[in-house]
Amino acid sequence: MSAASEDIARHTMSVIVDNEAGVLARVIGLFSGRGYNIESLTVAEISDDNTVSRITVVTSGTPMVIDQITAQLERLVPVRAVRDLTVEGPSVEREMALVKVRGTGDIRVEALRIADIFRARVVDTSTESFIFEITGPTEKIEAFISLMQPLGLVEISRTGVAAIARGAEAL
Amino acid sequence: MTSLKSVAPKDAGPRLVGRSGMTAKPEIMSGAEVIIRALEDMGVDTIFGYPGGAVLPIYDALFQHSKINHVLVRHEQGAAHAAEGYARSTGKPGVVLVTSGPGATNTVTGIADAMLDSIPMVVLTGQVATHLVGTDAFQEADTVGITRHCTKHNYFVDKSEDLCQIMFEAFHIATTGRPGPVVIDLPKNIQVADAPYVKPIGQVEHRTYKPQIKGDRALIEEALELMAEAERPILYTGGGIINAGPAASQLLREFAHATGFPVTSTLMGLGAMPHDDQQFLGMLGMHGTYEANMSMHGCDVMVCLGARFDDRVTGRVDGFSPGSKKIHVDIDRSSINKNIHVDIGIVGDVGHVLEDMLKLWRAKAYRARPQVKDWWAQIEDWRARDCLAYAQKGEGILPQHAVKRLFDLTHHKSPIITTEVGQHQMWAAQYFGFDKPNKWLTSGGLGTMGYGLPAAIGAQLAYPDALVIDIAGEASIQMNLQEMGTATQYRLPVKVFTLNNEYMGMVRQWQQLTYEGRYSSSYSDSLPDFVKLAESFGWTGIRIEKASDLDDGIKQMMETDGPVFVDCVVEKLENCYPMVPSGAAHNEMILGPEGASGKISKEGQALV
Repeated sequence: MSAASEDIARHTMSVIVDNEAGVLARVIGLFSGRGYNIESLTVAEISDDNTVSRITVVTSGTPMVIDQITAQLERLVPVRAVRDLTVEGPSVEREMALVKVRGTGDIRVEALRIADIFRARVVDTSTESFIFEITGPTEKIEAFISLMQPLGLVEISRTGVAAIARGAEAL
Repeated sequence: MTSLKSVAPKDAGPRLVGRSGMTAKPEIMSGAEVIIRALEDMGVDTIFGYPGGAVLPIYDALFQHSKINHVLVRHEQGAAHAAEGYARSTGKPGVVLVTSGPGATNTVTGIADAMLDSIPMVVLTGQVATHLVGTDAFQEADTVGITRHCTKHNYFVDKSEDLCQIMFEAFHIATTGRPGPVVIDLPKNIQVADAPYVKPIGQVEHRTYKPQIKGDRALIEEALELMAEAERPILYTGGGIINAGPAASQLLREFAHATGFPVTSTLMGLGAMPHDDQQFLGMLGMHGTYEANMSMHGCDVMVCLGARFDDRVTGRVDGFSPGSKKIHVDIDRSSINKNIHVDIGIVGDVGHVLEDMLKLWRAKAYRARPQVKDWWAQIEDWRARDCLAYAQKGEGILPQHAVKRLFDLTHHKSPIITTEVGQHQMWAAQYFGFDKPNKWLTSGGLGTMGYGLPAAIGAQLAYPDALVIDIAGEASIQMNLQEMGTATQYRLPVKVFTLNNEYMGMVRQWQQLTYEGRYSSSYSDSLPDFVKLAESFGWTGIRIEKASDLDDGIKQMMETDGPVFVDCVVEKLENCYPMVPSGAAHNEMILGPEGASGKISKEGQALV
């Protein structure tokens, strides 16, 4: 159905969960078991007493599928709240990547120059390599990676997206 | 890494407390005793189980506390289905106790079945001691991992002090909201260690799990306005009405009569509306009645009450009731807009919502529009097709006739009917009428062959004096035949009425209708002599082979004390009609053999 595929959009969701055993497996398994897409997923404890975790999932689907994902997540017993940051107003999304580039001579200099433009930091170096740390929205990370490709890119580690709604309101 | 760790934080605080809190001073006892005490304090009188190494402490505690009736099954799948039968017939949770490894994995089919049919169930599984978990110890299986996606929720108890709370929490989750199965995995060392026990006072409340019971008032008002404007309305009801308790069925009847709207029901909802009510159109869906499916297709306002637009109900989704406004009442928000887009979705317990709807309909003095009369005239035209008619000729027994006679001769006893899965199940749904809820126990969502006999055992235990009949097929019944021994042991007078056509009939029917009659592996070869088999278990066996013997055979079954196995030999090649072929819409039903082509499109084949 081509009409439906045109409606497919990327959504970033925040899922606040009780930090109990297996809760991440429940969330991931829900996506795989029901055939939903996970583009990125991050998770960490967010409360002082280690009882609450925040999972950020980037997924894609038609509005009906996204609504279904929200409902299915809410149905999980340890889930406290689910927010679709994409539909609930403006939000900030950030991702961090470590990018290893190997090379000498001109390409090494060029890599460093581009890194500077992107405000990527050098966190490790050898005479023939750099590891850059870059933070930003997904598009920025991807632009940086594609520029590094011809400049000796050999390895990437990305955190996935962390996101939060703009403004004074808290989840 | 957070959330991946296997130990929940110690200072998490109570997830669940009684209204007045868990303030009493805890008693210290063994974990196994905590389990049994909790079951007793929650009013559990019957559990279904099978012992093994990893649950010996619990079985020992059971031995010393005789208040709970433990029913020893012959296979753990039987325990799970028996618990389902118990739950479905009583409305109370079914409880299962099995050992680790194979004991737990054998219950998985029953757990998945309870999940899809929203049956409240708590399954206690033994587990190897916590220090052995992950070592591939003897009879170790990752039960929590295996059951994660076929349970409403599951627990691994790794600290004795959590045990009591988890027991009460599990029952709370299994029985409230949309009911479902909950697994508690119990390592052996936890069963042995000292553990505190406190009975929570008052109603339990959970920190994150709070099902919505009351429907949104504004949405209910909007829905009623739509209904009052309807010219071609229909109420489409499901298993949610049964789960909402007998009062919900009563409210449905009152609401149907107040509005004058026609009512159809899913397989799971049969009994909510009396079968002989003039407003009842019978079951809808793949093997539903012509009048029910045509009404669903042609309606202008559809009110879905506690049903979930299953693919067996909708047929081809883009051809499903194309011209109607749809209202959906469901306690599970994820059921709304899952398969079919609806105009008004009301989250809430269908009993509560029906109560509000009925009050409002009366308070606002709504009347169905005069056009509803014309709608009824149209429905009566469809009804006049008499889509369930059959012609019993000669001595070969038509399966439809067998079920019809079984109904005629037993319905005065208001029997509880269970089924296996296949043609016989559909014939039972079509030809056996129900006046009350909780009398019809069938595996609807998962379609589990082998469900009927253990479910009948569970129902018979709950109602020792009731007439409980498993309408079976000769293929399905063999899947849990071993449970005949359970019925014998507990002197349960269940009746198994098997329609024996020597085929996996529904498979054979599909092969005839969609694979040009290539009957691949659907013949029931090497059948046992069911009469002798029955007798070997201490049952009475009856074989019926001729139409003229049918009534006498059924009467003999009824008059025989104790369990009876009836092997009713029926016409081998009879098909189940009417039928919405796969990939078709409701208005494209096949009413009989003349409509069947023997072929189907690739798309249709893929839809199953």
